Amino acid sequence: MDALNDILRSFRGEYNKTPVKIQVLDCFLVYAVFTGLVQVAHLLLVGSFPFNSFLAGFLSCVAFCVLTVCLRMQVDPSNADFKGMSPERAFADYVLCNGLLHLVIWNFMG
Amino acid sequence: MLNTAADRVALASRRILVAEPSTAESTKKLQRSAAANVVCGFSLAGICLLAFSLRLFSVIKYESVIHEFDPYFNYRVTQFLTKEGFYNLWNWFDDRTWYPLGRVIGGTVYPGLIWTAGIMWNVLHFFNIPIHVQEVCVFTAPLFSAFCALTTYFLAKEVRNQGAGLFAALFAASVPSYISRSVAGSYDNEGVAIFALVLVFFLYVKTINTGSLAWATANALSYFYMVASWGGYSFIINLLPIHCLACIFLGRMNSRLYVAYAPFIILGTIEAASIPVVGFNAVLMSEHFGSFLAFGVLHAAMGMQYIKHILPAKTYNAAKALALSAGVAFMAVVAVLMVGYVMASPTFGWTGRSLSLLDPTYASKYIPIIASVSEHQPPAWNSYFTDVHILVLLAPLGLIACFRPMTDASLFLILYGVTAVYFSGVMVRLMLVLAPATCCLGGIAADQILNTFCKSIRPEEGSGGWVGLIKTWMDGEESAAQSDSVSVDSRPSSSTSSAPSGKRQKSGKNKYKEAATKEAEASPFNAFNLFGGTKDKLPRDVGIIGALFFFGMLVFYVFHCCWVSAEMYSAPSIVLQSRSPQGGVHVFDDFREAYGWLRHNTDEEAKVASWWDYGYQTTAMANRSVIVDNNTWNNTHIATVGRAMASPEHQAWQIYRDLDVKYVLVVFGGFVGYPSDDINKFLWMVRIGGGVFPDIKEPDYLGERGYTIDDKAGKAMLDCIMYKMSYYRFAEAAQMATGRYGFDRVRNTNIGVTDISLKYFEEVYTTEHWMVRIFEVKDQPSRDVQADTSKKAKKTLKRVSPSGKNRTPPVW
Repeated sequence: MDALNDILRSFRGEYNKTPVKIQVLDCFLVYAVFTGLVQVAHLLLVGSFPFNSFLAGFLSCVAFCVLTVCLRMQVDPSNADFKGMSPERAFADYVLCNGLLHLVIWNFMG
Repeated sequence: MLNTAADRVALASRRILVAEPSTAESTKKLQRSAAANVVCGFSLAGICLLAFSLRLFSVIKYESVIHEFDPYFNYRVTQFLTKEGFYNLWNWFDDRTWYPLGRVIGGTVYPGLIWTAGIMWNVLHFFNIPIHVQEVCVFTAPLFSAFCALTTYFLAKEVRNQGAGLFAALFAASVPSYISRSVAGSYDNEGVAIFALVLVFFLYVKTINTGSLAWATANALSYFYMVASWGGYSFIINLLPIHCLACIFLGRMNSRLYVAYAPFIILGTIEAASIPVVGFNAVLMSEHFGSFLAFGVLHAAMGMQYIKHILPAKTYNAAKALALSAGVAFMAVVAVLMVGYVMASPTFGWTGRSLSLLDPTYASKYIPIIASVSEHQPPAWNSYFTDVHILVLLAPLGLIACFRPMTDASLFLILYGVTAVYFSGVMVRLMLVLAPATCCLGGIAADQILNTFCKSIRPEEGSGGWVGLIKTWMDGEESAAQSDSVSVDSRPSSSTSSAPSGKRQKSGKNKYKEAATKEAEASPFNAFNLFGGTKDKLPRDVGIIGALFFFGMLVFYVFHCCWVSAEMYSAPSIVLQSRSPQGGVHVFDDFREAYGWLRHNTDEEAKVASWWDYGYQTTAMANRSVIVDNNTWNNTHIATVGRAMASPEHQAWQIYRDLDVKYVLVVFGGFVGYPSDDINKFLWMVRIGGGVFPDIKEPDYLGERGYTIDDKAGKAMLDCIMYKMSYYRFAEAAQMATGRYGFDRVRNTNIGVTDISLKYFEEVYTTEHWMVRIFEVKDQPSRDVQADTSKKAKKTLKRVSPSGKNRTPPVW
């Protein structure tokens, strides 16, 4: 228990050093995860019909999380894997991918 | 990465702008790269032209006609699309097949190919170019094979460099196993699906190399096209997780892998679920569970990496211990759930076709229909050589070359090659998936081989030549000793302690070993040097001879591909040819003759029963309802037809009357020697029928000497309707043609029963060479049974043997 508190405190301390832009992205992430969990709760409580709507909604939350994590990694200046990529380019790609994602979701939702 | 010529050009131009010295050299380099790019462009254009024209042999030899069986179904659906439109195709319920069940076309067809041809036809008609939809269908596959060659160029270029790309494109344009499924007229899913497969792989590798979400979006779109085109998409959705897991466990994981893999999986799953034929299988079937598993593992690994990055070391260790224990508990719960779900289904959640790939003996034990299709058999050894020729030699070399140096992209190619080789060994049809892998690997190997030879030919740097070689050998020991003493001076901790003189010292074993290794490294015939080291050049003469030899091999390869394409893979199999003794060509057009007769001489609503091989062609060309066709989705219905064919006349008549059948069609080859006829497939009918109806037993149909049709045949065989319909009036006709009463030219024996009379069926049409025979099912049995003795004039004909695709293999 003590160790857990230690870890959490140290994590919070380190996390406050990340830039504000990244923390805003992380808020988006938390929001999307929460929406996904609400949908799963609905599935468990009420049932799975219509299944394609549940899949569309849940997978859109998951995909949005994934894409936001990708954007976060590309925008983070301490990440060395994306040498030549400017944040504007990363954001434009992000918008494009989200456009495709929502088109596919809209088609599948029924 | 300075992999592409474009990058080199950009770098060089940047150097010029910053006004660095030695501009002459960099301009020369710039000019050389520009010239290289122009040559590359022209070569690619030539390769695309080669790919297209290699596939046109059947159009030249026969006519522009659709081949085989499955393409006729695709052609019929495309006709429907162009006439009725997109939404009507989605909602189409076909009542002219699988009578009386019907088939939901919208939900059971892979629409990618149909959409492609429909869009091309619409574009052409928008510009008022009135090309008939059949021509569009015939030429779709060659066009997309040209695109596939282009995409293979890009894939190999991403993995290695431009030279490898060009070689890979050349190989892909002409590799015979791809030609076999994409000739002009073979309007089948694989024609566009292989293009989509290579495109998905190229875009995946590009995303890994660049880390950009834009390429990931393109990757997801191309995957949508792949899922829409072919059931083989499950190869992709299992190969990419294997690559992801391999990267993680080999320590090659980085954020670019995440950008390439994670969005693709989620977007891909939703896209796959959007295609009705896949539907909810995208999340419920075991084929996709691998991708979800890798998704989870990737997230766990990335999470650990992030925490490691953010926390100081001590806290990280504690966090790691905690996370690991929590993770193990969670995985255990998930594993129990999944195992429970998977065990509940009799096939562990896999579809029958996928299971037959993983366990090659599964189909022959449980699903005789899958086992009976000839293209589902394992390939013979020589088919590897016929289908990929010198790539059999070059691909393993390319596999080794991918290890030195190993990047994420070359690791992917290694995994692709190995898995494709395994699956091609299970089913001959999957040689097609192996083809692009061997082309890319072979391209990499060819590029390095030619690179080494060309470097040796170039007269500039390097100590090439025979003189240099001998000098290296003679001076080897001395120079080794000299360099040793030099290194002793610079590294006082070295194990040797000789005085710094030029003579050879014999102190210590280490010195000899060092000298030996240096000599080995210096030798140009060291295998490692040949494959990547450019420390020493080969002698110039060896380089020239080697390059000539290599080009000779390539010439043989292209020759072989042209020959195979012209002779083996260009037969439409709906039209057959044979050579008469005088050298002329005789054409057998019996199939279209029979379908034409049915179309013009029978009632619109008449139902035709035949073995499932001919269903698609009958609905497409004769435009009549059929009982069973090549889709083979309902085993019991096929077993009913099989049982009817294997029963005596009265029972068969009963079964056909119950199914509302008016006409029965059999294919008979004994008159001209056509070996893929129904008598040769008959044992499969018995096996499939016997699988569902236990009163049909295979041993009843076997005679004293096994499966024969002479007088020693089994009693049930001589009684069954298939025998009677095939040999009705045959004895006299054979007498006229070959002079032997009742001699069957395929089985090479006389038939057992020659005076056949039919009470419940009436022969209504037999084609010119007796290859298709159509019988009418009578309402009432005839009272006065008499054998018909009309005669026809015959010519002496040689045996023909077409290639078999999606039809039962002859048992003979």
